Amino acid sequence: MDKFTRRRSLCAMALAAVALTAQPALADGETVKIGYAVSLTGPNATGAGITTIPNYKLWVKDVNDAGGLEMPDGSKRMIEVIEYDDRSSNQDLVRAIERLASQDKVDLILPPWSTGANLAIAPLMDRFGYPQLAVTAVTDKAPEFAGRWKRSFWMLGGGHDYAKGLVEVLTAAREAGKINDKVAVVSVADGFGIDLINGARPAFEEAGFDLVYDKSYPLGTSDFAAMMSEAQNSEADSFVAFSYPPDSFGMTKTAISMGYNPAVFYVGVGGAFPIYPGITEGKSDGVMSIGGVDVNGPGIKDYFAHHAEVTGNPPDSWASAITYASLQMLEQAVKRVGLDHAALAEELSTGSFDTLIGTVKLEDNQLRDLWWVGQWQDGVFKGVNPSDKPGASAPTIPKPEW
Amino acid sequence: MRFILPLAGLAALAVMPMWLSEYGLGLMIGLVTYVTLASAWALFSGHTRYISLATAAFYGTGAYVVAVLNEVLPYPLVLLSAAGVGLAMALVVGLSTLRLAGIYFVIFTFGLAELVRQLITWYEVNVTGTLGRYIFLDVTARGIYWQMLALGAATIALTAWVHRSRLGLALRVVGDDEVVAAHSGIPLARTKLVAFALSATILTVAGAIASPRYVYVEPAIVFNPTVSFLTVIMALLGGANRLWGPVLGAAPLFLVFEYLSVHFPDTYPIFLGLLFIAVVFLLPDGVLAGIEKLRARRREARS
Repeated sequence: MDKFTRRRSLCAMALAAVALTAQPALADGETVKIGYAVSLTGPNATGAGITTIPNYKLWVKDVNDAGGLEMPDGSKRMIEVIEYDDRSSNQDLVRAIERLASQDKVDLILPPWSTGANLAIAPLMDRFGYPQLAVTAVTDKAPEFAGRWKRSFWMLGGGHDYAKGLVEVLTAAREAGKINDKVAVVSVADGFGIDLINGARPAFEEAGFDLVYDKSYPLGTSDFAAMMSEAQNSEADSFVAFSYPPDSFGMTKTAISMGYNPAVFYVGVGGAFPIYPGITEGKSDGVMSIGGVDVNGPGIKDYFAHHAEVTGNPPDSWASAITYASLQMLEQAVKRVGLDHAALAEELSTGSFDTLIGTVKLEDNQLRDLWWVGQWQDGVFKGVNPSDKPGASAPTIPKPEW
Repeated sequence: MRFILPLAGLAALAVMPMWLSEYGLGLMIGLVTYVTLASAWALFSGHTRYISLATAAFYGTGAYVVAVLNEVLPYPLVLLSAAGVGLAMALVVGLSTLRLAGIYFVIFTFGLAELVRQLITWYEVNVTGTLGRYIFLDVTARGIYWQMLALGAATIALTAWVHRSRLGLALRVVGDDEVVAAHSGIPLARTKLVAFALSATILTVAGAIASPRYVYVEPAIVFNPTVSFLTVIMALLGGANRLWGPVLGAAPLFLVFEYLSVHFPDTYPIFLGLLFIAVVFLLPDGVLAGIEKLRARRREARS
């Protein structure tokens, strides 16, 4: 009987590894290769796992179930996906994009999650000529970037847009006599929170609001009791937090437990997540946050149900629908002009597309027709601002008590 | 004769981009970067056996200096400034902490990256009112590769020189026994400080050279603790107190990580953890020492 020598077990392991990685060979020309590098591990994995990855998988499944991606000549080609983990590191991400473009020679590259990641790959995508539909990138510099990288598309607005939308909602409520002119605002000391607060301060001032409490807190803060009770004592009717998901959840729980019931309760990222009502034990109605959807829009209801059915979770109500819409745009653009990158970029830039968020036409390579403020109403996160956008709901102010 | 082989290798590496694809070049940049980091790390930690987890602090600082200055100063001056900032930081940190020994030093250096990150964040939030800066430099991937290669070669040359100098000897004694070193008249503080500052300056410049590939810089992005851990494990695998040890550790490990993350994106961190444990348990002194031990054993068996 042979002994299990170390060398032999190593050999066996190596063979197993080779066997596992060998993929069934696919005939050339039959498939469309679509590649993406997203954060499967590391700090960005949560965001990518909620907004980006499920929608990529859902879309690929939908397209392949329908027989494949349709080309201009009417033929259909199945999608073959090449997926890499960027480990939440931009260095690894850049390398993965280089690999997709020059090694795997994929036909299309889908963007990663987060503003920083999209910016890190933008010069590369430009050099390789791939169109980049940067969905999950919030930046006030989008017009500048769209000019710098002609084939880049920026689809989630900038911090100033969201801040301005919120100020509009509050101004209307004040003019209706529902809230006073005092606002308590807290912001996370990180890119997104800073962008928003920098946009909000002048906007609030211009609208005649008094920022009676204005504090920033470091990323990773987990105890909000002191901050919230100071806000409670500030006589402000409106509580505004430009926060990240863990903070948004933490502040909500703190407010509930201390019985803090401002007329306006606004939290940042995370407020539109499907788990938010669960965080509040079903008392989320009246809470405002970033994003929103038109619940009566033609495609949205089906999309929510379909997403929940296929991926096991409902989508978030901010960027998820837009992510899927960006893929629909890509699909329709390919159908019209094929896979040539220059023609695709031109079509994405100038064409109009029929998506689940309605008809989309980009302005200067940016999606501007977005929901800036949303509110939980009857357990659904509805868009309330811009108030003149079709499908807008009227905001409920004051918020019902917890 | 001793110089011919390394120089020929360097020349071969320098002309490699002519035949490489973009991805191949990106891979080489990553590889050379980690070789440089591991070698620079070993310059101080290899002999003194002070395990420093501050690599990310210096590497990130380098990137940040470029982000702040890239639109104000010409590129060579930006690199020089990065070196200057790294040196100044190393002197401040070194003077205040090199009295710490063992685990205390490890913990402090680990905290250093977080400290620098929070300081920059505080400054950006409260003073400049922005977070996230852009690096728009016309440095091509080839340019980055050649610069990093030059820095890596310089680091190894410097290490070779230090090994032969009085400084290297002093460092070795410090690593073996600090009390003995002090009693034999070695100026402990100065010796450690010089080595620490040299190593830190190289780490900072490496961060500066690599930064144009980020485009967008945020404290959370550049002060990534994984860089510190990978550097340590690479240097230890090869053998931190040998000239070519860090190279022999960094090159294969980097390629293995790349292979794993491409083919096993979901289970990659598990492999990484197992590898770390394997290195520490099976090859505590590094591959080179392991090979020597094996040879010695064979010789014994033969005689």
